[in-house]
Amino acid sequence: MASRKRKQKRMLFKSLSNLYAVLVYGFLYAPIAVMMVFSFNDQKVNYYWNGFTLKWYVKLFTDSSIVEYLWNSLFIAGMATLGSVVIGTIGAVGLIRFEFRLKKLVNHSLYIPIVIPEIVLGLSLLLLFEVIRLPLGFTAIILSHITFCVPFVIIIMRGRLSGMDLSVEEASMDLGANRMVTFFRVTLPMLVPGIMSGAFMSFTLSIDDVIISNFVSGPYSTTFPVKILSLVKTGLSPEVNALTTIMIAVILLGLLINSTVQAFIRKRFLTHIKSYF
Amino acid sequence: MNEIGEYIISLSNVDKYFGTNHVIQNFHLNVRQGEFLTLLGPSGCGKTTILRMIAGFEDSSGGTIRVQGERVEDKEAFERDVNTVFQSYALFPHMTVFDNIAYGLSVKKVPKSEIKERVKEMLELVQLMGFEGRKPAMMSGGQKQRVAIARALINRPKVLLLDEPLGALDLKLRKQMQIELKRLQKKLNITFIYVTHDQEEAMTMSDRIAVMNGGVLEQLDTPDQIYKHPKTKFVADFIGESNLFDGIAKPAESISAHMENGTIQKEFTVLTASGIFPLVQNVTEESCSVTKEPLDSGSGLPLTVCVRPEVMKYSKCPVEGFSLSGVIKNVIFVGSQYRSLIVMDNGYEVRVNRIKPDQTVSEGERVFLFWDLEDASCIFQRKEG
Ligand SMILES: Nc1ncnc2c1ncn2[C@@H]1O[C@H](COP(=O)(O)OP(=O)(O)OP(=O)(O)O)[C@@H](O)[C@H]1O
Ligand SMILES: [Mg+2]
Repeated sequence: MASRKRKQKRMLFKSLSNLYAVLVYGFLYAPIAVMMVFSFNDQKVNYYWNGFTLKWYVKLFTDSSIVEYLWNSLFIAGMATLGSVVIGTIGAVGLIRFEFRLKKLVNHSLYIPIVIPEIVLGLSLLLLFEVIRLPLGFTAIILSHITFCVPFVIIIMRGRLSGMDLSVEEASMDLGANRMVTFFRVTLPMLVPGIMSGAFMSFTLSIDDVIISNFVSGPYSTTFPVKILSLVKTGLSPEVNALTTIMIAVILLGLLINSTVQAFIRKRFLTHIKSYF
Repeated sequence: MNEIGEYIISLSNVDKYFGTNHVIQNFHLNVRQGEFLTLLGPSGCGKTTILRMIAGFEDSSGGTIRVQGERVEDKEAFERDVNTVFQSYALFPHMTVFDNIAYGLSVKKVPKSEIKERVKEMLELVQLMGFEGRKPAMMSGGQKQRVAIARALINRPKVLLLDEPLGALDLKLRKQMQIELKRLQKKLNITFIYVTHDQEEAMTMSDRIAVMNGGVLEQLDTPDQIYKHPKTKFVADFIGESNLFDGIAKPAESISAHMENGTIQKEFTVLTASGIFPLVQNVTEESCSVTKEPLDSGSGLPLTVCVRPEVMKYSKCPVEGFSLSGVIKNVIFVGSQYRSLIVMDNGYEVRVNRIKPDQTVSEGERVFLFWDLEDASCIFQRKEG
């Protein structure tokens, strides 16, 4: 019967696509899984399994300097997020609302920091800081992170702004609010979801960055990923596995919170909010 | 100056370009205090642009705009004494109904207790008591509409601009809101400048209608006058249904009676491609100058005669003075009336509307058209330049 043949075909197709999905996800997550498992391994060198332990976690929090670098990274990411969200939001509002000469150029040049190799951006930032005699360190790292985060924030916010009903702002002005009042009472509240997704993006990019931070971090202050990279060269300790496992847990938690907050906001504003990403 | 001061809104010589696109052309409009004035015209003719220039969202490219006799071109939207009801409502989605309505007052730093009082008043006016705490997203179109109106009215504006405020509502709700709006306007004695696509809406609600086409004001008149005496061919065609005959009017030798107040009742014979018919017209000195043609010129006056389908008559034998004949193509029932299409010998289709079907004639039969002379209105074609 034709229908049985078709059923068989469909079954075959289905199992093939399942296999495909398993392979893709396996490829993506196997390394992470291995690392997580080894973070509980009672063995200094990770070649074989030697029994369950939590001692690396204990060690991590008692006598390791790695946590300190994590705090550095979090601080830097926080500052970079704050800076790039403020600059990016104002920039996006300007780019959408005002007509000026060279607007096209400005719009296109937004993509340059995104597309050029990070190594080039890092090098040029290093050169710049040397020319203006800015000492390398926290300030330099934060400024560099803001540099590559701002375009992302602007692009996210621009998308959101251009989808926003302009007549709401006109209504506000019509009712007697000047531009400032309109911005703070109408525009900004409506931009909150966009600002949050921009912040999320910036934070992730900043925490994640190795190459540029490596250029501008200087000898004393450095970020967590840069530190790990340097550790790899001298031999990785299992504490790092433990720390990254914690980080993954934190990130998963963050994603969970993000989607919960989104659902909450969607419930409150209902109509005009799409998802962040 | 004094004369202009009488009007609450006064546009003169207003032009608007978008790039090279001349969207509003030499526009004049005077609106009286307490009037319900409607801008009516096809899509893209510039109705919204006019409102936006009055409200201050759009700069005019030339001419003057006055509100209460005062020029406002240099005033920002938030400094002008007019309020707008937007087509899309433009309610603030992150605020409750109460905060939406209170917005105008809270921006002006009116004391909290007074705001509360006045919002309550407004809610009663638009019959939305009990909705204070809702967000706009949780309301129906008609309710949102009323919030938008309350939000504009709480500022007690001299003039309210409404851009197709009922456009998004269904027919029944629209009719209901029409009555409510008219009631509010009368009660508060506020000047309304209203934009709509809907002719019936314009006809029933307005004190005066401004018919626009392509950025030009075609006619500004009462609904009754607009319908009975369209001044341009566009208006005749756009408003309601009409049968238009283009032709040349030649003065008939016989009668031309002088009436009081300087008008002359003249009789003409109109020659058109569809046939010949008589026309009686009260001609004033003014309408003579419109045509820039001496009344008795031998060549005759080019004009268009408009006869509405409901006053068009026909009979089976010729009527004296008229030589218009055609064949009944079909008779269709269009809901409230029967419409006959009569094809003239030159192919022009004439519409005749009747409440009841006419049993005496049948499709394919030849009939002769005529009408009572006072039912025809005539439009002198303006000579350019
Ligand atoms: N911001 C703008 N930039 C360029 N052209 C515009 C702009 N706004 C309107 N126009 C043009 O001006 C003309 C008049 O537009 P307007 O919106 O006033 O028409 P309207 O009469 O309100 O039409 P509708 O009945 O469809 O709302 C249109 O041809 C439109 O394309
Ligand atoms: Mg419009």
